[in-house]
Amino acid sequence: MAQRNIRGAGGIRALWLVALTAIAGLVLAGCGGSNIKSTNTASGKSCGQFNIAVNPWVGYEADAYVVGTVAQQKLGCQVSYKNLKEEVSWQGFGSGDVDVVLENWGHPDLVKKYIKGNHTAEDAGPTGNIGVIGWYVPPWLAKAHPDILNWKNLNKYASKFKTSESGGKGQFLDGDPSFVTNDEALVKNLNLNFKVVYAGSETALIQAYRKAEKNHTWVIGYFYAPQWFLSEVPMKKVSLPKYTPGCDSNPAKIACDYPKYNLNKVVATRFAKSKSPAYTLVKNFHWTNDDQNLVAKYIAADHMNPADAAKKWIDANPDKVKAWLQGT
Amino acid sequence: MSTTVTRRPSAPPVREEQPRVEEHRPQHTFGRILAVVAVWVVGWAVLRGHQTLSLPGAQLSDFQKWLNGVKNSFDAARETNPAFKIVGGISDGLNWVFLHLQYLFSTPAPGRPVPEVGWVGVLAILVFVAFALAGVRCAVLVLLGTLAFGFLGYWQESIDTLLITLLAVLICVVIGVPIGIWMARSKGARAAITPVLDGMQTMPSFAYLEPLALIFGIGTASAIVLTVIYAVPPLIRITEHGIRGVSEGAVEASRSLGCTSPQLLRKVQLPMARRTIVVGVNQCMMAALAMAIIAAFVSGPGLGVPVMQSLAALDIGGAAVSGGLIVVVAIMLDRTTTAASERAELLARAGRRHVQTRRIVLAVLAVVTVVAIYVSRLRLSAAQFPSSPALQRPVSTFISSVTDTVVNSIEKATTAFANVVSYGLINPLQSVLAASPWWLSALAILALAYVLGGWRPAVTALVCEAVLLGVGLWNDSMITLTSVLVATILVVIVSVVLGVWMGRRRRVDTILRPFLDALQTIPPFVYLVPALALFPPSRFTAIVAALAYGVPIATKLVADGIRGVSPTSVEAAEASGATAWQMIAKVQLPMARAAVVLATNQGLLYVLSMVVIGGLVGGGSLGYFVVAGFSQDQLFGKGLAAGIAITALGIMLDRIARHAAARHGRV
Amino acid sequence: MTQTRTYDDQNDGQKDGQKDGQRGGRNDGAPDGAGESALSVRDLWKIFGARADKVIGTPDADLPRKQLQAKTGCVAAVKDVSFDVRPGEVFVVMGLSGSGKSTLVRLLTRLIEPTAGTVTIGGEDVTKADAGRLRDLRRHHVAMVFQHFGLLPHRTVMDNVGFGLEVRGVAKGERRARAQEMVDLVGLAGNEGSFPDQLSGGMQQRVGLARALAVDPTLMMFDEPFSALDPLIRRDMQNEVIRLHHEVGKTMVFITHDLQEALKLGDRILIMRDGEIVQIGEPAEIVASPADDYVRDFVSDVPRSHVLTLRYVCRRPDGGDPGEGPALQADEVVRDAARQVLAAHGPVRVYDGEDFLGIVDDEDILRVVVAEEEAVGS
Repeated sequence: MAQRNIRGAGGIRALWLVALTAIAGLVLAGCGGSNIKSTNTASGKSCGQFNIAVNPWVGYEADAYVVGTVAQQKLGCQVSYKNLKEEVSWQGFGSGDVDVVLENWGHPDLVKKYIKGNHTAEDAGPTGNIGVIGWYVPPWLAKAHPDILNWKNLNKYASKFKTSESGGKGQFLDGDPSFVTNDEALVKNLNLNFKVVYAGSETALIQAYRKAEKNHTWVIGYFYAPQWFLSEVPMKKVSLPKYTPGCDSNPAKIACDYPKYNLNKVVATRFAKSKSPAYTLVKNFHWTNDDQNLVAKYIAADHMNPADAAKKWIDANPDKVKAWLQGT
Repeated sequence: MSTTVTRRPSAPPVREEQPRVEEHRPQHTFGRILAVVAVWVVGWAVLRGHQTLSLPGAQLSDFQKWLNGVKNSFDAARETNPAFKIVGGISDGLNWVFLHLQYLFSTPAPGRPVPEVGWVGVLAILVFVAFALAGVRCAVLVLLGTLAFGFLGYWQESIDTLLITLLAVLICVVIGVPIGIWMARSKGARAAITPVLDGMQTMPSFAYLEPLALIFGIGTASAIVLTVIYAVPPLIRITEHGIRGVSEGAVEASRSLGCTSPQLLRKVQLPMARRTIVVGVNQCMMAALAMAIIAAFVSGPGLGVPVMQSLAALDIGGAAVSGGLIVVVAIMLDRTTTAASERAELLARAGRRHVQTRRIVLAVLAVVTVVAIYVSRLRLSAAQFPSSPALQRPVSTFISSVTDTVVNSIEKATTAFANVVSYGLINPLQSVLAASPWWLSALAILALAYVLGGWRPAVTALVCEAVLLGVGLWNDSMITLTSVLVATILVVIVSVVLGVWMGRRRRVDTILRPFLDALQTIPPFVYLVPALALFPPSRFTAIVAALAYGVPIATKLVADGIRGVSPTSVEAAEASGATAWQMIAKVQLPMARAAVVLATNQGLLYVLSMVVIGGLVGGGSLGYFVVAGFSQDQLFGKGLAAGIAITALGIMLDRIARHAAARHGRV
Repeated sequence: MTQTRTYDDQNDGQKDGQKDGQRGGRNDGAPDGAGESALSVRDLWKIFGARADKVIGTPDADLPRKQLQAKTGCVAAVKDVSFDVRPGEVFVVMGLSGSGKSTLVRLLTRLIEPTAGTVTIGGEDVTKADAGRLRDLRRHHVAMVFQHFGLLPHRTVMDNVGFGLEVRGVAKGERRARAQEMVDLVGLAGNEGSFPDQLSGGMQQRVGLARALAVDPTLMMFDEPFSALDPLIRRDMQNEVIRLHHEVGKTMVFITHDLQEALKLGDRILIMRDGEIVQIGEPAEIVASPADDYVRDFVSDVPRSHVLTLRYVCRRPDGGDPGEGPALQADEVVRDAARQVLAAHGPVRVYDGEDFLGIVDDEDILRVVVAEEEAVGS
């Protein structure tokens, strides 16, 4: 539409004027700032590309960005974060797309396939975090009915947990499709009058618990620690029959609690052999549940972006970081 | 910002042929439907709970196990099979191209702390292109939108989304336009390709995401291929439609002058179909953007990443800001292509003097752009987007607090409403569909298909039912079918009410339409969190998500239909003293019947495309399995089977609806 | 050249033809031997539908259209049509909608493939031509003007007119010169740079006309070219065609549903119904001796004095002696001859060239004129 207005020589002259002003402005604005200097990539060590899989939960993000930021700042690695679900991450070990999974929750099937099977991956030791999976109820419920924390009393309250989704039985909420759960088998083998209902995502699960605590409604479901949400609503764990090694060997017959997971790191075999300093960092990486919860809180509750949250923690914990860097 | 993006991310198939109308006796149909339903209910009452073919969540049918086996052998063949080498070459190429685009425009290039072209340069290029293609108003829009990328804190992600969308659309054009032309010229090609396109559009992406990542690797290449699979069908269909829509007279006249086939294509058909093809490109872009978030699941670059991160932290504001930027990208692309297609003709016809003036203007602006690029390569302030004012946090906090306030004030009411609908409508319907013996439901559906649409859709229904049985997900399909039916019914009710209102009152239309446009464009992932705050995780929440997606398009269609009713008829009814209600019930709605039928059909397809999203908020069944299959190795087969089942359900419902409409709707 | 054929004749002939398999040998009101005609059509059939080629040669082919469709699902658009067009002649094919006339004209250059029969243009058998030959024919020898113009909306008038030359591969300069010539010829000078949608319907059809003329064809075909135009413009365009015919002298095949137009333009007229020929003849002949009730009904409204020539009005003198008085040629139209006949003091003698045909007197003339008044009055 401009070209209709800008007709004839006068218009053109005006246009030139505007253009020259714009150029002059640009140049002046440019003069104000500093010149761009080329960066020095060679920081003494050859780290190169470092691919971290980022599984979709906040605790994992904390691990990934802390390790990633250290690798970038101290080792000069080109870090790239790959947002992936677990299965796809493990698949990436073989293709070279993924170097490390920083927080692995067991996953015996994947271990069997990729570590024992085609040897594309290997264990790189524990992260120091202990993973607790189990059945949880909101705090108000634990307080109002303390006996609910024992699974034997669950049937007593089953009718209270009834919803439109549970077909006349009590509703047991299961979460993200990624989670490995035994809940259908547990409900059946413990003869509980419950039906497993799939909330479908971690988001849905957390919203359900948040609402239940706020409105004092009845809800029971699958959850886990470490999890940033526990600092907002400290969900209470229901005790199930004690876990003994091997009690979960037959998936259909399981009638015991989940094991405690020593969360571990898994790396691509190719990466482990590469002698990359990033591998040493990953191998040394070790922290506590509290450490992770703090970074996760920065991200989830304080809405910091993951990289900033990681930096904040790194600046506050130079000793731990120093320990990780030994041998790089 | 008023958005009038007409976007069809799930791009329902363009159907060019109406089904053949079979003999129709509407007066009998209603009675027959009642009879079928009555028999069904009686059968259900007697036999309920038997032979429902329900399969517990963790169990797999033989077919599903077989799919797992196929995938595993596929996985194992990766090292040895030469076909993977070729595909590997393709994906390396795609990755290379995109990486270098990123070095140019979005991420620090090797040896530099910033991209080759800084933000000022990128901004100048985008504004220049928008001006050259689409004029001043569009250039201003692009300027504001691009600034929003930076001020809202997602400069790099937004540019990445823009780049990957444009690259994917370019590939779509290269592949899609020739295929569209081929289909327009060959009946055989059309017959062979159409069902493939149907499948590409109705099959949920999650179902094939994992094998895709296996083949094309994790990252950009997979994201591009994923986007192309979803975005190319509308372009192909619209191209075909455009070529075949070229005036018969012009084609015949050209043939009578001795045009060869290539001449006909180059000199007549392509130029005359150009505007339609641009509409196809536009639809292709919108569909490509609909994949922006799913692409993040295979580590595709762009705005999908922050949306998913916000979702993991239940950060409503954060998801809204990053998701909102996807809408901004959509608006920019939509307006530019739409205006470009409208202006192309005008420019082609402009006089010589006009052309000269335009050339000079463009040359001057090009000089400015080049200078901007040059400066942005030299100066850090022109290369790195200024960090203030940082609007991201204030905006997202504001959105979060507003949402919280609204949720808190209506939460009780919405939960109660959810329960009423669940107990009163969803549960009884689901019981009849899913708790009847499988053969009873199957026969009843066949009978209904026959009564509603004749033997053709009944045959389709039979085939689709066989697929549902074959993939081993009969019971879950019936549960999903229940939700889909309820959601479609609600879509129709809501869209007729809103549509009539909008159609009768200009001002209502003016106010509502931008909201509908925004709702249609915003990625569904963004409103999952607020939806879950209002309703418990349940099938109803899944239905609400489907409503949010299906109502806008259906409402607009109804409103346009009502407005299209001949003014003479309205005048005549007014003259004979009709009340407002009589006017709606006896004149406007019956005369807009075709639009209502179309709205129902589109609403149905949109609802179906939300089944997987519904699985994320408690919808369960097929949608849940698709996501689970993507997430868990041992459930892959079940997920893919669920994807196939969704496609089968979609085709069955679509065919029944279309034939029923052709028979009874007189469209 | 005055022989007429009736509907029944044709049917008989067709049956005979099928019996002895020699359907091409009959005289169809045109000179035998394709050599001297610009266009020669023999036994042309077009049947739409699956297995259409199986119908011809069976008794089904003789069924009326509706029965054939009910029985086989096929529609016979053109049934066993044969005719010849002389060089320089304007040959009009007339019929109501659905009579198959538009299909017929498309069969001639195989825009629609014929089911059976032969078409010969300028001595070449079109039906046997391969794709290349056919294209050549369309590019150089035959051009067509369409009812809905068939212009290319994205091209200017100039480029539309030059389109036929462009596809033929003529260099741009030559093309533009020739196109300019044609634009001038059809009276569009000054509109060269316009786009079709900026022109009125009449002007658009002038573009169509110029485009057809630009390739300098030997044969021009018009498919109801003026029926989409306003009556006044239609009359202008008809005169335009007459003028062009005088100036460039092309052979023309002209399709119309308008009898007035047919009578005005045609040297000879072919009347079609349900895909079959009802009658072929000169305008006066059609009006004077309609082949059947169908044609009679058609021509009943025609102002006969404008069409009938003295040939059809004169009679043998009672006494055998033509006597004295003025003499007129047989192809004089009644209206033009009326003044002279009425002014004469006795019968006027009518000659076809040198041959004496008969006489006309006041009464003969008045009979034509009064009959016309009555027809209009009733």
